[in-house]
Amino acid sequence: MSALANDPAPAPLLRRPTKQARSRGDRPFAVWNYAGFTLFAILCAYPFWYLVVNSISANDLSAAGDIRLFPQGFHLTNYTQVLGLDGLTAAAGVSIARTVLGTAATVLASAFLGFMFTQERMWKRSLWYRLVIITMYFNAGLIPVYVTIKTMGLTNSFWVYILPAVVQPFNVILVKTYIESLPRSLQEAAEVDGASTLRIFFSVILPNTTPILATVAIFSAVAQWNSFQDTLLYITDQKLYSLQYLLYMFINQASSLAQAAQNAQGNLGIIASAATSQTATSIRMTVAVIVVLPIVFIYPLFQRYFVKGIMLGAVKG
Amino acid sequence: MTLHQEASPGMLLDGVDVPGTRRDRRRPLRRGATRAAASRPRRRTSRSMFLLVLPFLLLVFAFSYLPLAGWATALFDYKPALGISGSEFVGFQWFRMLVSSHTQLEQIGQVMANTLAMSFLGIATSLLPVFFAILLNEVRAPWFRNIVQTLTTLPNFISWVLVYAIAFSLFSTSGLVNTTLADWGLITVPLRFLDSGEHVWLTMLAWSLWKGLGWGAIMYLAAIAGIDPTLYESAKLDGAGRFQLMRHITFPQLMPTYIVLLMLSIANLLNNGMEQYYVFQNAFNREHIQVLDLYVYNIGLTGNSLSMAAVLSMLKSIISVALLLTVNGIAKRVRGTSII
Repeated sequence: MSALANDPAPAPLLRRPTKQARSRGDRPFAVWNYAGFTLFAILCAYPFWYLVVNSISANDLSAAGDIRLFPQGFHLTNYTQVLGLDGLTAAAGVSIARTVLGTAATVLASAFLGFMFTQERMWKRSLWYRLVIITMYFNAGLIPVYVTIKTMGLTNSFWVYILPAVVQPFNVILVKTYIESLPRSLQEAAEVDGASTLRIFFSVILPNTTPILATVAIFSAVAQWNSFQDTLLYITDQKLYSLQYLLYMFINQASSLAQAAQNAQGNLGIIASAATSQTATSIRMTVAVIVVLPIVFIYPLFQRYFVKGIMLGAVKG
Repeated sequence: MTLHQEASPGMLLDGVDVPGTRRDRRRPLRRGATRAAASRPRRRTSRSMFLLVLPFLLLVFAFSYLPLAGWATALFDYKPALGISGSEFVGFQWFRMLVSSHTQLEQIGQVMANTLAMSFLGIATSLLPVFFAILLNEVRAPWFRNIVQTLTTLPNFISWVLVYAIAFSLFSTSGLVNTTLADWGLITVPLRFLDSGEHVWLTMLAWSLWKGLGWGAIMYLAAIAGIDPTLYESAKLDGAGRFQLMRHITFPQLMPTYIVLLMLSIANLLNNGMEQYYVFQNAFNREHIQVLDLYVYNIGLTGNSLSMAAVLSMLKSIISVALLLTVNGIAKRVRGTSII
């Protein structure tokens, strides 16, 4: 019994039979179970830690791979210098703009379409609804979409980040289902008062759907921030590069960038020590940290919305 | 009004509904009379409502339906600068070229092998999230479960570019793994993890699992929370131990969810996406990393054979839809409900 004494089982009435039914293998199993999950959790988290401690450690040590657990030779010059690299602030601006605008657009569109598709009075409503939903299940293909977007003149345009992502059928379904679960009387009361469709949407539906809209927003924001492929396909103008794309280029060209950063230092008359002069490694890691930081900070705060999102969208089974 | 009615399984679009919710659907005759009476005074607003959603419908049309017209590219010698009207019409020339030359066939064969290998490796490991969830559910301490859940789902929310940045910092020749192994005296020459053509499928699988395993388990964890507790109670009364509960109650109860996800992954056999493979690709591993999506990109947008790529793009789309409908048809026959 003593081995079980520190078992943290909450043990309400219903749990009691478990204890009686415990088999001999229980304790070793629990130990292995905890150990296994600890190991995998470390495997998932350590790479992020590794990037962070390297980006704030002495650059000669990090380039040699000597920084493993704790920062050595702490300094923040990597951040000040990387922020001065060509295109980084512009790319950050593009990424922030597309995340904010794209998220706002898709949240509003999902809410509005989700609401409108519950309105039986709309002309040919179920036909339009089906036409929207069915696009979840087919895709014309990479090249036909590329040719279409090029023909529309959206290549090298900021709007290629926003417009194709406005209507997301899946989000429309989420919101529509949510609205259908609201009491009908909400809308009916507003109708009796003579409110117009738009008025009902903005003053009755929007305030009452915020939980589901938060979920839509958080998923959309992450998708926008992480998006890489659209820059790769449609953008050649450097001013419109997204942060993800720039990071990809930095990873592959970090050595020449490090040279450039060192030259820039030289021009300013600063004599850089080995610890703070930019190396390929320091640039790669510092930019990676800048790109990942928003996700790492925001994700734990909003985790429950993510989980709710996948639950709502769960396939039936 | 008959706004909320029960969904009837069987039709293609029924599956888009979340379980436990209801959707509106026209029900003929039985309530027809009241419907007509109630909706008559509202008729006049119906077109204006349509006009309100029209802009959004146009967006859907432009980005989802219009590209179907882009399939025509496959019949032309498409030159981006000239546009489709300026390009030469070549009929089925590209389709013939696809199967005419030996080297071309060989290349496509390799691409298909990579595509199917990645898909089947994914399917072969699709039970891992189920085990992950069952085992994590056995952990009693809530704080431990929460930390594990947060840390293991985090990688799902970073981009593949960042995964590559991480891979680079850990596995490049001056990365953590090589320097550590060298410090321990295990190697003298750095191992080439990234720029090597060996074990490409397995390393790609490993990165997919690193990124997706924790998140993949979330849905099963929720499904476990929804299992009827009386099942456990009666099994315990029958003397079932912890492992027997896991094996004979939890696991079978998760199977319906698992089967649906499995069928969806079969339907997505050809759709690996290109991002993961694009960021990891280099001259050394190209032969084994080029899945269909990446191949289409490579020949279409870097090799400038847009029309040939369009042919593959189009065939892939058609086969994918056919696969989805087939799997859905099987699901309907076997389970009585559709999966999409």
